[in-house]
Parts: sequence; C-alpha cells; structure tokens
Amino acid sequence: MAPRTRRSNVVITGISGRLGQLLARRLHRQKGVRVIGIDRRPFDRRPADVEHLRIDYRRKKTEDLFRKRRVDVIYHLGLMHNPRASSREHHSWNLVGTQRILHYAERYQVPKVVIMSSADVYGPLADNPTFISEDAPLLAAERFPAIRDLISVDMTAQSWFWKHPEIETVVLRPVHILGSTRNAVSNYLRLPLVPVLLGYDPLLQVLHEEDAVSAIIAAARPGLRGVYNVAGPPPLPLRALLREASRPTVEIPHMVLPQLAGRLYQLRITDMPAAELDYLRFAITVDDARFRRDARFRPRYSVAEAVQAALRAQVFDGDVEFTEDGESAAGGDWLHL
Amino acid sequence: MSTNPQTSFGEGVARRFERAAAEAQRQIALLGGGAREAAFLERIADELREAAADVAGILASDWRTSAAEVDARIDHLLGNKNLSRYGVDPFGFSPEYVKPIIPLVEFLYRVWFRCEVHGIEHVPEGRAFLISNHTGQLPFDGAMIGTSLLLEREPPVMIRAMVEKLAIAAPFFGTFAMRCGQVTGLPENCRALLERDESVLVFPEGSRGIAKPFRDRYQLTQFGLGFMRLALEAGAPIVPIAVVGAEEQIINMGNIEPLARLFNLPSFPLAPLALLLGPAAMLPMPVKYRIYFGEPMRFDGDPNDDDAVIAQKVAKVRAAIEKMIAHGLAERRGYFV
Repeated sequence: MAPRTRRSNVVITGISGRLGQLLARRLHRQKGVRVIGIDRRPFDRRPADVEHLRIDYRRKKTEDLFRKRRVDVIYHLGLMHNPRASSREHHSWNLVGTQRILHYAERYQVPKVVIMSSADVYGPLADNPTFISEDAPLLAAERFPAIRDLISVDMTAQSWFWKHPEIETVVLRPVHILGSTRNAVSNYLRLPLVPVLLGYDPLLQVLHEEDAVSAIIAAARPGLRGVYNVAGPPPLPLRALLREASRPTVEIPHMVLPQLAGRLYQLRITDMPAAELDYLRFAITVDDARFRRDARFRPRYSVAEAVQAALRAQVFDGDVEFTEDGESAAGGDWLHL
Repeated sequence: MSTNPQTSFGEGVARRFERAAAEAQRQIALLGGGAREAAFLERIADELREAAADVAGILASDWRTSAAEVDARIDHLLGNKNLSRYGVDPFGFSPEYVKPIIPLVEFLYRVWFRCEVHGIEHVPEGRAFLISNHTGQLPFDGAMIGTSLLLEREPPVMIRAMVEKLAIAAPFFGTFAMRCGQVTGLPENCRALLERDESVLVFPEGSRGIAKPFRDRYQLTQFGLGFMRLALEAGAPIVPIAVVGAEEQIINMGNIEPLARLFNLPSFPLAPLALLLGPAAMLPMPVKYRIYFGEPMRFDGDPNDDDAVIAQKVAKVRAAIEKMIAHGLAERRGYFV
C-alpha cells in the first residue's frame, strides 16, 4: 500500500474511544507508521509519536489534515450510539460525518478506508437465520428506530464501493465487543444484578477488544474490500456467558421487563431503552467465514478471556459516566447490546 | 420389584386406562338411545382395555433404554456437530440438555403413544430431507419421528426439524426446541444443515396441516414447494414419512380465530373434550402412533424451475405419503390399539 521509502500516515477518527486508543497503541508500534487521531475528547497517556487533533471531525479543519499530508488509511471508528442523544445529533454525527470522511478520501485519494459498523444492524429478530451472511437485509430499525442512522452509515459505505472502486473500502460488522469498551454488552455484564428474560436464552457471539483491534488492522490489508462480519469464538447461550462471568442474574418475565426498563430509562437509572431488550430475546449470530478466509483473521481470545476483560475494566473505570453532552459516547464505542 | 416406583407408576398408568374404559362404558348408559353412539363408545372402551393390557405389558418389560446407551447414542450424533466449549453447536443444540429429558420422551414414545415404526432402514445417513404429514394440534409427531431415529435406528440419526417462527419466538418452547437441535424454519438454515450433511425434517403443510379440524383428518393439505427446490439444490434424497394415529390425539372441532389472534397462535383449537377434561383436553390422548418411512426418492432438475414444474415433483412426494397414510389407516384396528 505505502511505498517502503515513505512513512505511512494513518488517520483514526474517534481515537479517544477505548477501541481507538487500543488501535492507536497497536499501530504506533509498527515501523514507519504515523498515527494521527481526530477526536474532541482527550486522549490520556497518549504515546508521544501519536498526533491528536482535538477537534470535532465534522469541522472543516479536518480537511487541512488531508490537504497537508498524504493519508494511506482511514480507520473510521468515530460513530456514536448514545440513546440519550437526540436523533438530530446522531444523524449529523454519524451520517453527515461519515459522508464528509468519504468525501475527503475521494478528493485526496486515500487508498483505504475501514469503517466500523456492527452486527447489531441485522437486528435481533425471531426469524434470523443461524448464520447471518453479509448480504442479509439490515432490519434492526424495524423494532428499534434509534439505530437507523447507523444502518444508513453502513449502507452509505456500501454504495460507496460502487462509486469508487479505486478506493478499497472495508465495512466491518463485529459482534459484541467485550473489554474496557463502554458498549452496552460490556456495561450489561458489569451490572450488579443482571436481568435476563424468563424463558429466553439466545445464542450470542462475543469478541475480545484486542481481537477487534486485530480485525481492524487485518481489514487494512491491501486488496481487501467489501463488507465483513467479524466474530470471535463460537456462539454460546446468554446464560452460559453470565455463568462464565459469575454474575448474579434475575429472571424477569417478558411481559414485565419492557415496562420496567422503560421506566428506569426515563428515570435515568439505566441507559438501556426498552426496545433494545430484544437483544436479550433473539439471537444475532453471524457467519464470519468470509473474513476468516479473506483477511486470514483468527481470533486469539476465548470467551472467558473476553468476559474477564470486561469485568476487569470495572475495577479501574472511574470515568464510565457520560458527560453532559454525550461526548464520551462518541468514538467507536457501541452502546447497544 | 413391587417397591420399584417405576412399576407402581406403570400400574397407575394402566389403571388409568382401565378407568377411561369404564368411563366410556358409563357414558353409554347415560346416552340411552343412539345405537350408533353406543356402538362407538363400546368400541372405544374395548380399545382402551386392550391398550391398558398393552401398557401393563410394556411397563412390566424392560422398556427403557439404559442411560449408558442413551449417552452412547447421543454421542454418536455429535460427529459433525462441532460443539463449542459451552456444549452447544452453532444452532444451539446441547446434548447435555437433551440427555436428561430422554426418559420422559421415551415414556411418550414407548408407553403413551406405543409407537410402531416401519421402514426405518430407509432413512439414510448423511444429508437427507425427511418430509412428513403434520397432524395432531401439537407437534408430538415431530418429536416421535426424532425419537424413533434416535432410539431405534442403527446407527442413530439426528433430525433437525424446521420449526415455525412463531413457536421459536415463544418463551420456553423456543429455547427448548433449539437446545434439542431444532431450528427456525428458514431456507438459509436448511441449506446450512444440508451442507453439513445433516437430516432435515420438514412438514410442508406447516400449521395448515397440524391445526386442521377433526373432520379433515388424514386429508393432506397443500404442500409448500420450498423443500423441493432446496433438495434439488443440495442433491439430497427425500424420505417420505406418514404418521398415522396422531390425528386423534387432540380433537379439534374447528379453529376459534379471534382467540388465535389474541394469543398470536397459528390456530386455537376448539376441543370439545375441554367440557369433560378442562385444559387437559389440550394434552394428547394415548392414541397409538404408526410411523411409516418410505423409500428415499431422488429428483433431478433445476432448483429454479417454474413453480409448476416443482409442483409436479412435490406432488409425487405427496402421493407417496398419501399412499402410506391409506395403508396405515387400512392396517389399524382402532385409535388406541
């Protein structure tokens, strides 16, 4: 991709998110790679050779970066999903922002763009096939409209393949990422008492955050393009996951929980909208064979290790709370379950 | 022996049969006139007495498969299942979940329904489509076909039934069905299973068949065409199956549609025995099951042919099942014997 004589410049949007930080730390250690991050949030303990532009990535100033330097890869992790933020903010941040990034990629001839979507866009539907392939329709918004803008981002990226075949674009749809990330499933595991739905025990797939980072790096391989599901170890039942985490659970009938969850959400006691409860009822299990084959990706971490990573984060994390403007939710941290 | 709880339980069951026969006799007296009704009830009473003797005989014999053999048989099925560390295959089948319920299933199979199996050797190992008529309001026919192949075939074969989406979405039942190895009825799942050389059980009549009223018993309803396209695609042989006897397990005089809609069910049967038995009328009566496996049928052709062409092939399968049903009805002496 990049000639060996030149340093290669990689741009990470949402670098201050957990995944962004992990990716930055991994990439900056590679020889000849210059990491430049864009994020309005601070990046604590940033390695000295990682540049950080503390701006909103939607601003014009972002373009200067592309004007001044030849960028080899864009890792676009800067999507947000914060149930508390307005749909307008979601739309502007995710859709307008992504379109702008793609526009820069085109204008300044960035050869590779990696976009972090999520397997959640398929939606937790009762009639999901056991192996959801990348061509499956994205139906999550059917029950859960708040996810619409993330589906739009995914679809925008897909139409981009056709418009710009000269740019290698990769859309990753990882399953639930577990680790220090502040996404819904990690948060769910950290609850003092974990609610489950009586009579439901869907299969789910998890991915250790370090494996997620490896997948993002693998996606940047020259020649790779297209949409890819990314999964870790084989699927397991939700309750087996909770046993692995040794979490105390409480069984709640499905008749009751949506109302209860809705009330708790309104009272700002929890951050999970009631509609997301379907992720506790129905499975989204993806077929990741294509990514394993094309990117030669092999997850290294077991379910137990992923769970431990999520639980360990609880001990150190004093800053899980969201700031007033929902800022900390932005940055590749997926909130839904 | 007499202190064995199993035996005293068996005696109880046999006594219950006798009591049912006596009750039928008593009803004759209440009826007064009606020579036809009296003759019918007389016949039922005779059948029940004969069935009671059968049951007593079975229970006195060594009818149960030893736990060690059940384990060995289930383990034999695991060859291509790819179990995860958490004991489930990618479809959610869990052998450890199934093993403890086999005694109950075997009781239904050997004692309650006294299943009689013909032509089980026609079921091949490896990929195959098992196509059966679907009767009896509740899907015990599928369970008994599966049990026969697990306990009676040498070596055992596991079947994966395509289950109606609404049933899979239901609490408890959905999870139960999946842990027992059944999958949501989708072409994608069928394809994935056949690719793994598994046997798929399909009821092409679907809920049309199982929910039909008593007056339509043993009349096959319309067959779906999907299974034939998938069989052509995968080059899988089709084994026609006829289940005779299940039709009379629950008497349904018609569908109460408003109630069906209210409970989101494919049908809500009007069971006249509910007047006598209450909700227990929705439990299957101890009718005798006869399961006929036909010779495997092979079809050639384009899986994407016109419906009309596919329908001709489906009609052959339907005719084969119809023939076996007619044979079974001619062979049997009654509902309970």
